[in-house]
Amino acid sequence: MNLQNIIDDLNLTLLTERKDFSAVEISEGYTSDLLSCVMAGAPHGSVWVTLQAHANIVAVAALLELGAIIISEDAQPGPATLAKANQEGITMLSTPRKSFEVVGRLWEMGLRG
Amino acid sequence: MGFLTTIRAELHVHTCLSPCAEVEMIPPLIVREAIERGIYLIAITDHNTTANIEGVMKAAQGSGLAVLPGMEVQTREEVHSLCLFDTLEQARAFDNWLRAGLPPMKNNPDYFGEQFVVDSTGDFLRREEQLLILSAEYGLEETFAKVQELGGLFIPAHVNRTAFGLLPVLGMVPPELPVEALEISRHITVEKALQQFPHIARYPLLQGGDAHRLDELLGANKFTIAEPTLAELRLALAGIDGRSFRISPRS
Repeated sequence: MNLQNIIDDLNLTLLTERKDFSAVEISEGYTSDLLSCVMAGAPHGSVWVTLQAHANIVAVAALLELGAIIISEDAQPGPATLAKANQEGITMLSTPRKSFEVVGRLWEMGLRG
Repeated sequence: MGFLTTIRAELHVHTCLSPCAEVEMIPPLIVREAIERGIYLIAITDHNTTANIEGVMKAAQGSGLAVLPGMEVQTREEVHSLCLFDTLEQARAFDNWLRAGLPPMKNNPDYFGEQFVVDSTGDFLRREEQLLILSAEYGLEETFAKVQELGGLFIPAHVNRTAFGLLPVLGMVPPELPVEALEISRHITVEKALQQFPHIARYPLLQGGDAHRLDELLGANKFTIAEPTLAELRLALAGIDGRSFRISPRS
């Protein structure tokens, strides 16, 4: 499935620059708010669900070349974090839904992790 | 400025106001225990509060023990950091700022433990109703900036610990955060910490007792300084003007 399918299905808000998301293949999903676990466990090209909005999530996503970050519960990254994400080409999406529901919906869409 | 002396310090001490601390952590016992252990500089760092510092400072008067007012703050990211100050006024100003950002929730002593505000003799003054072990709504960067603005020293606490430690929670020291030192927990050696987190080698490392009980007053840091002030601690952390520090567990 591609990232555009996920954005549409979950009605996600785009926080970073628009790209051709239909060309971004998402292979797997991952969720954790402990960045050390993410660094050890999130697969390349996956979508990462977290409510951690600290700037370090960009560095972690860039390091692992993740497909996108979905930030749950409307947690708001600061402007410097978004600027860094754009610079690194990391897509950040946000939703008022809780991580539990986001992951459940991704699973229903057929995504595995 | 006086002559340089080397003193043993414990910069991470809770009192009976922290719900997770033992009720024995009252001002006169903290002061007595520190001195018995040869520790002549402590910082009082309760979770998200400064209300018991005055009692400890009073209890320490005339004892030779220097007490720095501080706080162990829990920021939005679920990271704990020590915020140290020179004066009670600075610490209280920080407390006022932080308190406005704590989500209102009452403590349940059966579950979290009692939160006692006490006087310098350890006598009960009041129960703190607000649950103290919560994340404030402020982020790490803005909290760091507030501590700096008030003249304080900001040291991420037990950075190696999975629960509330900077490195497990945020994966790395935020590159833009100009921290002056990091605290490692008493459960790890410097060598092991550096093995596990090689990138922290460029920061001065302190070791904290994170004392919730009297026998956890570790005093693992030795500072060579002229007086127990933040300005002197900063010189020691930077290793300039003859000031220095080292981790030296008691034998």
